[in-house]
Amino acid sequence: MYTNGYIFRYAAIMVIIAAAVLSTAAMLLKPYQEKNVAIEKMGGILASAKIDGIETENTIEMFNKYVVEEMVVDQDGNVVESFKDGAKETAKAFNLNMKTELYKRSKGENYELPIYIIEKDGVKTYVFPLRGTGLWGPIWGNMALADDFKTVRGVTFDHKGETPGLGAEITTEAFKAQFEGKTIFDDKGKFTSIKVVKGGVRTLAADQQIHGVDAISGGTITSHGVDDMLKNVLESYLPYIKKEK
Amino acid sequence: MSKETKEREPLFSPKNIKLITGPINLSNPITVQVLGICSALAVTAKLMPAIVMAISVMVVVAASNVLISFLRNGIPPRIRIIVQLVVIATMVILVDQVLKAFVYDVSKQLSVFVGLIITNCIIMGRLEAFAMSNKPWPAFLDGIGNSLGYGLILVVIAFVRELFGSGSLFGFPVIPQGLYDFGYVNNGLMILPPMALITVGVIIWIQRYYTRELIEDK
Repeated sequence: MYTNGYIFRYAAIMVIIAAAVLSTAAMLLKPYQEKNVAIEKMGGILASAKIDGIETENTIEMFNKYVVEEMVVDQDGNVVESFKDGAKETAKAFNLNMKTELYKRSKGENYELPIYIIEKDGVKTYVFPLRGTGLWGPIWGNMALADDFKTVRGVTFDHKGETPGLGAEITTEAFKAQFEGKTIFDDKGKFTSIKVVKGGVRTLAADQQIHGVDAISGGTITSHGVDDMLKNVLESYLPYIKKEK
Repeated sequence: MSKETKEREPLFSPKNIKLITGPINLSNPITVQVLGICSALAVTAKLMPAIVMAISVMVVVAASNVLISFLRNGIPPRIRIIVQLVVIATMVILVDQVLKAFVYDVSKQLSVFVGLIITNCIIMGRLEAFAMSNKPWPAFLDGIGNSLGYGLILVVIAFVRELFGSGSLFGFPVIPQGLYDFGYVNNGLMILPPMALITVGVIIWIQRYYTRELIEDK
């Protein structure tokens, strides 16, 4: 028969060992995990600007090659910091936390957001990181605009835990490809964002179809999330875009 | 415990082999014991996550079975469930962390489901039913056998669901475009959980039809 003292000692020693094992593992694996996250972020930025040939192994190199400038802009569209030389992953823009910055914006406080300028064959592309909420958790991505600050070059999306086969379909090529060539301003220069339309863009008026993409069947809430994210985040970049246009 | 036979059993004796083959058919965790249904519904919309899930479960169930089997004589019965949970949770977190560090893409695909291995009834079921009263080596085989049985069903369901739900296997389209031109469409219901349950039901039906041992007397 086991005494209460034995049970308490057993439980105490067990949890201490488990805690030690887990924290050691977490500490040892952290550098690898952080590197993976950084590489993934770089890959997303490059992919949205349609840079081909990105592999996990060469992402950092490619990122340093094609990203010519990393900027931090504030709520009035002023460039706070411009990073051109040195290892690009050390820039302030790269390490800004979109979540806290967007939270500040929702509170009406001053915020700062990152922008990446990618140059390939003399053509400049401006990449705007995005962040919003899907059905089960955060969704994020990048939108690359041509240097007219109106036409979409490409987008990438990612998510923490959207439903595979439904909401998670936002990461598929088929969904992302729809954005290419769409515009976020109408002819009068009014901001329209890109709408994610349930029932398909063909249900929109003919002149609105250039500002919309098809939503995902079965992924309504995630589709709404993408729609809100685009509208909300692009709006917070508007001061800068208006200045540059 | 004192009068254990000292005669060594061969590593792959018929009894031990049965620990592996049994759960694949006659005592399959999903179709016969009806355990681990929730994860079988959740991760089987595509083949790839189903396979990685099966491998992760195999690692967790085999490792926890062995560990619990080593500890079995010292575990106070009154807190044995807690001990089992701590072991499972530790293993699952380790698997999750390792996946994140070395196969990041796959770990992203599985997202929350790796964490949910903790709630997979198969694992605790095996610890409680087998590892608590058996030696480490049989416990290890039992873990492998059960996770193979689980993985097999997962892969079959995922194959059916991805083929008819998305028209692809491992993400590659396999249904010829010509068929779509004829008006064939992917069945959207296949990628929703209810259809997975129906698929499990059909598998159970087929299995019982062909396996005499499982047919119950009226």
